[in-house]
Amino acid sequence: MGQTITILGLESSCDDTAAAVVRAGSGAGPETGAEILSSVVEGQVALHAGFGGVVPEIAARAHAERLDLCTEAALAAAGIGLDAIDAVAVTAGPGLIGGVLSGVMFAKGLAAGAALPLIGVNHLAGHALTPRLTDGVAFPYLMLLVSGGHCQFLLVRGADDFTRLGGTIDDAPGEAFDKTAKLLGLPQPGGPAVEAEARTGDPARFAFPRPLLDRAGCDLSFSGLKTALLRARDAVAAPQGGLTRADRADLCAGFQAAVRDVLVEKSRRALALYLALGPADPVFAVAGGVAANASLRAALTDLATGLGVRFLAPPLRLCTDNAAMIAWAGVERFRMGHRDGMDLAARPRWPLDRRSPALNGSGRKGPKS
Amino acid sequence: MPVLPEPTVLSLPTPEATAALARRLAPGLGAGDVLLLDGPIGAGKSHFARALILARLNAVGLWEEVPSPTFTLVQTYHAGDLEIWHADLYRLTHADEALELGLAEAFTTALCLVEWPDRLGPDLPADALRLEFAYGAGQDARQLTLTGGARWAGLLAGLAQTVCDV
Repeated sequence: MGQTITILGLESSCDDTAAAVVRAGSGAGPETGAEILSSVVEGQVALHAGFGGVVPEIAARAHAERLDLCTEAALAAAGIGLDAIDAVAVTAGPGLIGGVLSGVMFAKGLAAGAALPLIGVNHLAGHALTPRLTDGVAFPYLMLLVSGGHCQFLLVRGADDFTRLGGTIDDAPGEAFDKTAKLLGLPQPGGPAVEAEARTGDPARFAFPRPLLDRAGCDLSFSGLKTALLRARDAVAAPQGGLTRADRADLCAGFQAAVRDVLVEKSRRALALYLALGPADPVFAVAGGVAANASLRAALTDLATGLGVRFLAPPLRLCTDNAAMIAWAGVERFRMGHRDGMDLAARPRWPLDRRSPALNGSGRKGPKS
Repeated sequence: MPVLPEPTVLSLPTPEATAALARRLAPGLGAGDVLLLDGPIGAGKSHFARALILARLNAVGLWEEVPSPTFTLVQTYHAGDLEIWHADLYRLTHADEALELGLAEAFTTALCLVEWPDRLGPDLPADALRLEFAYGAGQDARQLTLTGGARWAGLLAGLAQTVCDV
C-alpha cells in the first residue's frame, strides 16, 4: 500500500458526541481502501430512546466535556497518538449552534496545539459520503437519507457536489413511525415496534393515503398519514371500546405499507433522474435508521435490482450520527487539498446543495429537511 | 386593573380552515410575539405553524419547505427583517434545555411558534398568545381556543366577530 492519511473526525452537532479515526490511501478514489481505526459515540442510548421523554443531550457544556473524553478514547482504541494524525475534521454545521460551536472550538484548539490542519465538514455531507467509506462507491450515485429527522434524495456527483432532488415537506418517516407507535400505545423507538406489530397485520384492511403521489417530482409528505392513522384508530376503537391486538397489527401494517409505497414511488422517480446521467456502475444507497425496516428495505432493493441498479445500505452504526463519517468526509476534502483556517465558522444553517435555493429552515439541533 | 379578554373559541371544520386562520393572523404578528401551540398529536399544531410561516415568507416573495421541528427542536426562518422560530419541545424534559436552545432570547427578538410549550415550565412568557387545538365533532374538524392577555385583546375581539369568515 502506498502513502496513507489518517484523520481524526469530531461530531457534536446533534444529540451525540463522537470521535473517530479513519485511515485511507492518499490517492484520489475510495478504492485505495479506507479503514475505520476507531469510532466512539457517546449518548447513543439517549438518542434512540429520545422520544419517550429521555433527555436529549443538547447542552453545549455536555458536548464540550465529552469531546475531550471521546477523542482520548478514539485515539486509544485506534492505538495511536495525535502525532500519527494528519488532520482534524470537525462538523461545522448544520446543527444546534451550541453543539456545533463546541466541536469547532475544540477542533481548533486541538489543531493549533498539535500543529495539524483543520477541515470543516458539513454533517449531511458526512452522511451522504458514507457509501464511499463502507463500499468504495464511485461517483455519481443516488442517496436516500431517511431517518428520524431527515428524508431527502441526493445526487452525489463529487465529494463537494450534491444535488437535492427532493425531500419531505413536513415530517420525516422516522418521526411518523415514532408518532404512530405513540398513538397506538407501542414502545419507543417506534420504528422497530411498529415493524414488529406489522408482521402479523393485514396491510389491506385500512386504506391509508399515499401522500403527494399525484404531485410530480421527488418531494414527500408524511404528516397526513399520521392524521389518517389517528382517524382509523378512533373509528375502530370507539364502538368496541378499544383496540384488539389484531386491530393494532392491521393499523401498523397499513401504515408501514403506505410509507413503503410512497418511498418506493419517489425513489423510482429519483432513480430515473439519476439513470439519465448514464452512470457506469449505478448505485442507490440508503442511509438512516428507517433503512433498517425490513419491509422497506426489501421493496427498495427490488426496485433498484429491477432497474439494474446496485442497492446498498451501510451498517446502521454508520448511518446514525457518528464521527467516522466526518473523518471520512475529512479524508475526501483533505485529498482535494481543502484546508480551513482558524477562522472556520460554526454554521447552524448550511444547505448541502449550493445550487438550489435554500430549501429548509435551519435545524438548530440537526441538519434536517 | 385592565379586564382580560375572554378566551375565543373557534370551530375549524377542515385543515384548510386552520390554514386560513393562520394566514389571517400572520400579517399582524411581529418580533416579540410568542404563540404557544397546545394540543395532542395530530390536532393541527404543525399544520397551523406551517401555514403561518409560509404566509410570512410568501409576503416577502420567498418560499421554503417548513419541515417538522420535532427532531430538530427548532427551525428558523427569515421573512425579510422578521426572524421566525418554530420550536417543538416535545422531546425535552427540563425547562433548562429550552434555555439552551436560545429560546429566551428569541422570545424578544423573533416571532416564536412553540409546540408542546408546557415543557417550558416557569419560563413560559407571560405575554404569549395560547392556542389550544382539540379534536372537533367531525373527522377533520378541530376546535381552537385562543387565550391571551391585554396585548392580544384587539386581535381576539376581531376574531370573535368574524369567526364565520375563517
